[in-house]
Amino acid sequence: MMYEIRDLRLSFPDLAHKPLLGAAPRVEVLKGISFDLPKGTVLGIVGGSGSGKSTLGRAMLRLLKPDAGSIRFDGTDITHMDEDALRGMRRRFQMIFQDPMSSLNPRRRVGGLIAGPMRLHRMDNVDARVKEALDMVGLPQSFAARYPHELSGGQRQRVGIARAIALRPDFILADEIVSGLDVSSQAQVLNFLGELVRDLGLTLAFISHDLSVIRRLCTRVLVLHQGEIVEEADTAQLFDAPRADYTRELLSAIPLPDPHQRWV
Amino acid sequence: MRDARAEVKRPIGLRLWLSGGWIALLALAAIFAPLIAPHDPLAQDLFLGRMPPFWMDGAEPGYWLGTDSLGRDVLSRIIHGAQIAMIVALVAGTITCVIGASLGLMAGYYRGWADRVISRLVDIWMAFPPVLFAILLIAVLGPGLMSIIIAIIVIDWTRFARVIRAEALTQGAMDYVASAQVAGRTRFSTMLAEILPNVLPTVVALLTLEMGIAVIVEAILSFVNLSISTDSPTWGGMIAEGRTSVHQAWWVLVFPLVALFLTVLSFSQLGEGLKDRFDPVLR
Amino acid sequence: MSAYLSIRNLTVRLKNGPVILRSVSLEVAAGQVHGLVGESGAGKSMIGKTLLGTLPRAMEITAGEIWLDGTELLSQSPADRRRRIGATAALIPQDPLTALNPSKRIGPQITRRLVDILGWTAADADARARELLDEVQIPQISRVMRSYPHELSGGMRQRILIASAFAAEPKLIIADEPTTALDVTVQKQILRLIRNMQHRHGTALLFVTHDLGVVSKICDTLSVLYAGKVVEEARMQRFFMRPIHPYSQALLAATPSYLDPEGSLMPVPANVIDAVEEEVRFHDIRAGTR
Repeated sequence: MMYEIRDLRLSFPDLAHKPLLGAAPRVEVLKGISFDLPKGTVLGIVGGSGSGKSTLGRAMLRLLKPDAGSIRFDGTDITHMDEDALRGMRRRFQMIFQDPMSSLNPRRRVGGLIAGPMRLHRMDNVDARVKEALDMVGLPQSFAARYPHELSGGQRQRVGIARAIALRPDFILADEIVSGLDVSSQAQVLNFLGELVRDLGLTLAFISHDLSVIRRLCTRVLVLHQGEIVEEADTAQLFDAPRADYTRELLSAIPLPDPHQRWV
Repeated sequence: MRDARAEVKRPIGLRLWLSGGWIALLALAAIFAPLIAPHDPLAQDLFLGRMPPFWMDGAEPGYWLGTDSLGRDVLSRIIHGAQIAMIVALVAGTITCVIGASLGLMAGYYRGWADRVISRLVDIWMAFPPVLFAILLIAVLGPGLMSIIIAIIVIDWTRFARVIRAEALTQGAMDYVASAQVAGRTRFSTMLAEILPNVLPTVVALLTLEMGIAVIVEAILSFVNLSISTDSPTWGGMIAEGRTSVHQAWWVLVFPLVALFLTVLSFSQLGEGLKDRFDPVLR
Repeated sequence: MSAYLSIRNLTVRLKNGPVILRSVSLEVAAGQVHGLVGESGAGKSMIGKTLLGTLPRAMEITAGEIWLDGTELLSQSPADRRRRIGATAALIPQDPLTALNPSKRIGPQITRRLVDILGWTAADADARARELLDEVQIPQISRVMRSYPHELSGGMRQRILIASAFAAEPKLIIADEPTTALDVTVQKQILRLIRNMQHRHGTALLFVTHDLGVVSKICDTLSVLYAGKVVEEARMQRFFMRPIHPYSQALLAATPSYLDPEGSLMPVPANVIDAVEEEVRFHDIRAGTR
C-alpha cells in the first residue's frame, strides 16, 4: 500500500467567529476519513469547494498536521513525524500545485526551479536530470533559462510537473492542476500526465472538481462532501452506477457540450 | 496563445537617472569635499559678511552662493555638510534597514510566538512620540554623529519591521513556500532563499526612503542644536543660522534648504525607480 | 427579428501596440442570449468592456460602430455614451466577492443605483429590491438585505448580483464568466436562474464564457473568438451539430465530457493553431494594421 489512512480528522480555527477573549472556535474540515491507496493507482479525489479535498491532499503530504487518526506512507506512520524526520522522506512524495504562478518562485529561472529540490536531496547529475525532466514534459531545453512569467499557463504547469517528477518520487499529489488552464492546454497536460504515470509507474492522487477530467485520467474515485467520503468506487462503476445522492447531483450538474442534454 | 502584455516595453526611467544622478553627485561632493570646496567652510572673514550669490550686484568673485553673516562661504559649507548628510543616510539607513527588516521577516514568516513578541514590541515602540524620543535619547547620549545615528535607528526600525512583516506574511501564504517544504527545504533556508528575494524590492524602496528620512532627522536635530558640534557645517545647522538673517541674506537659508529638499526627494524617487526597474514581474 | 445590439467592425488596439479586437461584428437580438466563446487572451472580455465603456486607458477604439436599440454609440461623446449605457445595460460580473462592497450592507447596494441614477424614491427601490430577491429565490429577504457580503455564500452573492443587474429592467445584460468561480452544482442553479430571468424579462444577454458546455445550456447564438477575431458565428444547435471552422471543431473536441472519455479532451492540433494564426495575420495585412 502506498497510503493507508485511518479516521483522519483535521480542524482549523475559525477566526471569523473568534470571541473577543479566548480561543477561536474550530471548524472541522476532515471528519474521519479512511481509505487505502494501493501502489500504481491513479486516484481521483472530487468534491465541491469546502469539501476538504485540498486539505486532505495537504495532510497526506504532511503540510498540515492532523488532529487525530493516522497516515501511513508505504508502511511508515508519518502522522506525527516532525519536520526533521520527514525531510529525509519528502523526496518520495511530491506535489503539483493548482496555480503555477504562485507555486513557482517568480525570481528563479526554470532550470533552477527544477534543479533546486534535487540539490537539496543531494542527487547526482542534476544538470542531466533537468534536461531529462524538461524532455519528459515536452519543453525545449532552452526553457531552462526562462522565468515563470515568460511562459504560458500550460507551459508553467509543465514546469511544475517536471519539478515533481525530476525527484523520481513514488507518489505525486496533483491539486486542481488543470482548472486554471484553457481547454486546449488542459487536454495536453492531462494526456502526458497520464503517459508519465504509466511510464514511471507512479501512484497519483488527482484532486479536481471536474468529474469529466477524472474519468479521463483516474482508475479509482473518492467523492468528498463536507469533510466526509460519500462514495469510493472504481471509475467505470462510479460513472455507470453512482450510489451516493451527492455523486448523482454532481454528475447531473456538469454542463456537457451537447444542446440535447436535458438540463435547464 | 498570444500575450499582448509581453509586447509592451516599459520606458527607461527618467526619474531614475535624475534622482540617481543627484545622489551620485552628492556622494562625490562628500568624498572629495576638501578638494572641491573653493574655501575653508569654517574660515571667517567679517569683511566678507553676507555677500550675495554670483548673479546679484555686489557679489564677490569666487563666492558662488554668497557668504553668511560671519563671512563663511555657503557653497563650501553645503559641500562639507553633504559629508554628514551622506554618512547619516548611509550608516543609519542601512543599520535601521537590516535590524527592522530582519525582525519583520522573522515575524511574518515564522508567525506564532516570534510574531507575537516582535509585533507587540513594535506596537509599544510606536506609542512613543518619535521626535521627543530622539531629543531625549540625545540628551542622554550627548550630542555627536554617533548619537544621531543611534537615535535614528532606535526610532525608525519599526517602520521596516511593520512593512516587511506584512509582505512576508503575504509571500508566506504563496504556494512556492509550500512547494519548498515539499521539496524538503528547512524553514530557515526557505526564508532566506525563497522569501527574502521576493521582499527585497520592498526592502530597497524602504531603504532609500529611510535614507531620505535620516537626512531630514539629522537636519531637524541640527536645527534644534542637538546634532554635531556647531563647528562642523551641517545643513540643519545652516538652516538654523540662516533663519535669523533671512531678511538680509536669504541665500544663507535657501541654498541648504534646496540641497536638503533635492536630496530627500531624490532618495525617495530613487527607491521607487529601482523598485519598478528590478521588479519586472507580476504584481 | 431585429438586433437590439449590433457591433460592426469593432477594432480595438493597445495604444502604439498590438491589435486586441480585429473587426469584430456581432448581433444580439432582443430577448436572445448570445455566447462569446474563446480561450484566455482571445479578447472576449474586451468586447464587454468596450460596450460598458470600461476599457483600460491603454487601449483605444480605432474603428467600428456599436448600435444599441437604433442609436450609434461610438459617435457620441463619452459622457453621453455612458449615460445611455447606464440607462439601458447592466453587468453580471465574474467574481461575486469583489463585485460587492465588503463594508456595505446588501440592501443599499441594490437600491442605490435605482435611487441615485434613476431617481426612484427609497421606498420604491426597497420594494423593488425585495421583489427581485424573491425572484432569484433568496430566503429570509429582510435578513439578507441587512447582511454584509462576507456573511453570504458565493452562490447567494451571485444571486444578489443577478437581482441587482435586473433591478432597473435593462434591455441588455452583459454577463462576464458569471459562473466560473462557482461549484458545478451551484453553477447549474445560477445558469438556470439567469436563463429564467432573461426569458421572463425579455432581456438581450451577451454571455462571455470559455466553457462550451455552459454555452450549450444557455445560448441561442454564439461567436467563437481567436486572437480578437471572430472565426465562427452560429446558431447554437447548428454549432454543436456541425461546427464549420477547424478551430471551433478543435475547441469542441477539447471540451471535457464524461459521457465520452475517449472522444473529448482532445488536444488542439498544432496545424489548426497554425492555420488560424495565418488567418489572423492575413486579416491584419488586409486591414493594414500590421
